[in-house]
Amino acid sequence: MQEIPMTSKKQPQHPLDDLIRTDRIPHIWCPGCGIGTVFSACLAALKASGINLQKTVMVSGIGCSGRAAGYVKLDSFHTTHGRAIPFATGLKLANPELNLVVFSGDGDLFAIGGNHFIHAARRNMDMTVICVNNLNYGMTGGQVAATTPYMAKSTTTPAGNPELPFNLPLMAYACGATYVARWTMLHIRDLTDSITEALCKKGFSFIEALSPCPVNYGRRNKQKPLDMLKLYQEKAIIKNHADPSTLDIDFEKGIILGKFIDLDRPTFIEHYDKIYRPSRLQENVPELNS
Amino acid sequence: MKPAVLTGEYFMTGDVACAEGALAAGCRFFGGYPITPATEIAERMAIRIPHVDGCFIQMEDEIGAMASVLGASWGGVKSMTATSGPGFSLMMENIGLGICTETPCVVVNVQRGGPSTGLPTHGAQGDMMQARWGSHGHYEIIAIAPSSPQEIFYLTITAFNLSEKYRLPVLIMTDEIIGHMSEKVIIPEAKLIKTVSRPKPKGRKDRFKPFAPGPNGVAPMPAAGEGYNLHITGLTHDEKGYPVMDVETQTEMMSRITEKIQRNLDDIIRTDSYLLEDAEIAVVSYGISARTSMAAVIEARKMGIKAGLLRLVTIWPFPEDQIRKLADRVKGFVTVEINLGQIHREVERCVGGKVPIFLVGHPGGTIIHPDRVVKMLKEAF
Repeated sequence: MQEIPMTSKKQPQHPLDDLIRTDRIPHIWCPGCGIGTVFSACLAALKASGINLQKTVMVSGIGCSGRAAGYVKLDSFHTTHGRAIPFATGLKLANPELNLVVFSGDGDLFAIGGNHFIHAARRNMDMTVICVNNLNYGMTGGQVAATTPYMAKSTTTPAGNPELPFNLPLMAYACGATYVARWTMLHIRDLTDSITEALCKKGFSFIEALSPCPVNYGRRNKQKPLDMLKLYQEKAIIKNHADPSTLDIDFEKGIILGKFIDLDRPTFIEHYDKIYRPSRLQENVPELNS
Repeated sequence: MKPAVLTGEYFMTGDVACAEGALAAGCRFFGGYPITPATEIAERMAIRIPHVDGCFIQMEDEIGAMASVLGASWGGVKSMTATSGPGFSLMMENIGLGICTETPCVVVNVQRGGPSTGLPTHGAQGDMMQARWGSHGHYEIIAIAPSSPQEIFYLTITAFNLSEKYRLPVLIMTDEIIGHMSEKVIIPEAKLIKTVSRPKPKGRKDRFKPFAPGPNGVAPMPAAGEGYNLHITGLTHDEKGYPVMDVETQTEMMSRITEKIQRNLDDIIRTDSYLLEDAEIAVVSYGISARTSMAAVIEARKMGIKAGLLRLVTIWPFPEDQIRKLADRVKGFVTVEINLGQIHREVERCVGGKVPIFLVGHPGGTIIHPDRVVKMLKEAF
C-alpha cells in the first residue's frame, strides 16, 4: 500500500487519489449507483496486486460502467459500444508487456459485445474483464438487458421481461475463462481480493460484480434504493467452486457468490509464440503446460 | 527472423503485393476476418508477419478486427486490416473511432459487387462514397486507389506513411480485379523504401496533451505503457483527451481532425496523367478503370480524338483543384468507373457546368471494356 502524504494545509488525500483523474470529478454516476464502489474495489486491487501500473491499461466500452476508463489515472481507452475486448486484444498483442483491464457493463460486454467476450475467453487472451452487472441499460434510461431477470420491468418491457437472462459465470466458464468469480458491490473485500487475484493471474479472468441501479432499475421494480443492497445481504450464498451451471441469479432463492473457476492453461500469446515465433520464447521462456 | 522487404522480381497478385507492401512499410499487426476477394491478404500476412516478429490474429468478425487494429496502433505498432464490402460496412463505426481518436492504421477494401452480399468473386468500385462518408458524422479521410499489383505494393507503403504522419485510418480502395490479378512486381532494396513513423512526444509527461496539434496540425502520439496516463475516448474531447460535452469543444475537435487534412492537400493528393497536356477531352478515372481508360485514350488518339487521362491516385481528399484547372481548358470530361456514378458526381461538382461531362459506368461484376469509353469519346463530343 502506498503511504498517504500528510500535508497540513491541503485536504487530506484519499488513498486512491493517485489512481484517479481528480480533475474529472465529480463523476456522472447517480446517487445510489454501485459502479463507484466496484471502481474503488478495482483501484484498491490494482494497488494491492503490485503489478506495474505504468504498464497497466484500462479499456471500457460504452455505458455507465464504461465511463470508468475516464476516471482512472492509467492509460485508459473509452472505445465503441461492445468493443472494449477486441480493442484490448489489439493492445495486448501489440505489446504483451501490458496488463489489460476491461471494465464495462453487462449490456456492453454481453449483448452488443457478447461475441467478443466468447472468443477472447476461448483464446484465453490474457486480460482481466470486470463486468458491473446492474441488470439493465442504465445510461439510456433503463431498458431491458441480456441480464434482466424474467418478468422484471424496464422501459422496453413495461409489462415484464419475457426473456430469460444469461448466467454470466457459466458463459465465461463454458467459453474457456481461466478465472471466474462473482461478488456484489456490498461484498467489497471479497470483490477486491478477487480482482487482485485476477490481475495477478495469467489468462482470461472474469469477475461479475452485481451492482444496484436504483434510478433506472429499482424505480421500475418497486425497489427503494437500499432494497437491492438488502437483497445482496440477505440472499447471498457464498459458495466457492460452485458448479457454474447452478449460478442463475434468483433473488428469491439466493444469489450464489464466490470464486468458481481458477485454473491454468496457456494463453493465446504463449501458443502463438510457440508455434509462430519461437525466437520470442528463447528470450522470454514462459512455461507451457500443454 | 526473415527480411521484411523481399527484394526481387516476382509474379504476384495484387493481394499478395499489398501484404508485402505493408510489411515493407513496417506493419507488425494484422487483425482480420476472411472475406472474398481480400482473404489472400490475410493469408499472406498469417504466413509472413511472424517472420518479422509481428502478430496475426483472425478475429471473430470485422468489427472486432477493426477494434483490434486500433488497439494495436495505441500499443505502439503499425497495424492494418483488409476486407471487402460487407466487412467494410461492419468496420465503419470503428473507423470513425479511429478518426475521432486520431489513430494511425490502414484499412484495405478489395471491392466486389454490391449492395449486400452482391458479387463476392467479381470486381466493382461501388464503395467509393462509403469510403468518404461511411462512418457517421462529418470528417476528413484519406483514400487511395492503386491500378496494378506493382502500384498496390508502393501505395500500401504510402498509405502507412500518410496514416502515421496525419494520425488517421487511411483506406486503400482497390478491387477484386487488381486483388486477384497476377503481374510483375518489383520489390526494391529495403534502403530505397522510405517509411514514416508517428512523431513521438518530447518534454514532461505529466503536461503532455495527446491532441494538442503540432506545426502541421498533428499531435505527437505516445503508446500505451509509456507513462503518459493517456485518456483516449470516442466522445468529443479537448486537447487533453478529456470528454467535454459542449459546442466549443466539438468545434475545436472538428477543426483539428478536418484541418490537418485540408491544410496539407499538396502533400497528400497524388494524381497521374497521360497525354493530358494537349488534351481536349479529359478522361478521369482510377484503379482498374484507369487502365481501361488509358487503352481508350490510346485508341482515341489513333482516331484523331485529342483525349487525355487524369488518373486519380488519391480519391479522398478529392483532387478538386486538378479538376477545376482542367475544366478551364478542356472541351469536356468523361469519367470511367465500375459503379453508376460516384466519383462522376464529384467531378461534375468541380467542373461546375463549365463544360459537358459524361459517365461510362457499370453496375459491377466486370472490367469496363475500353471500346465503351472510345464510343463515348467518339459520340459525345
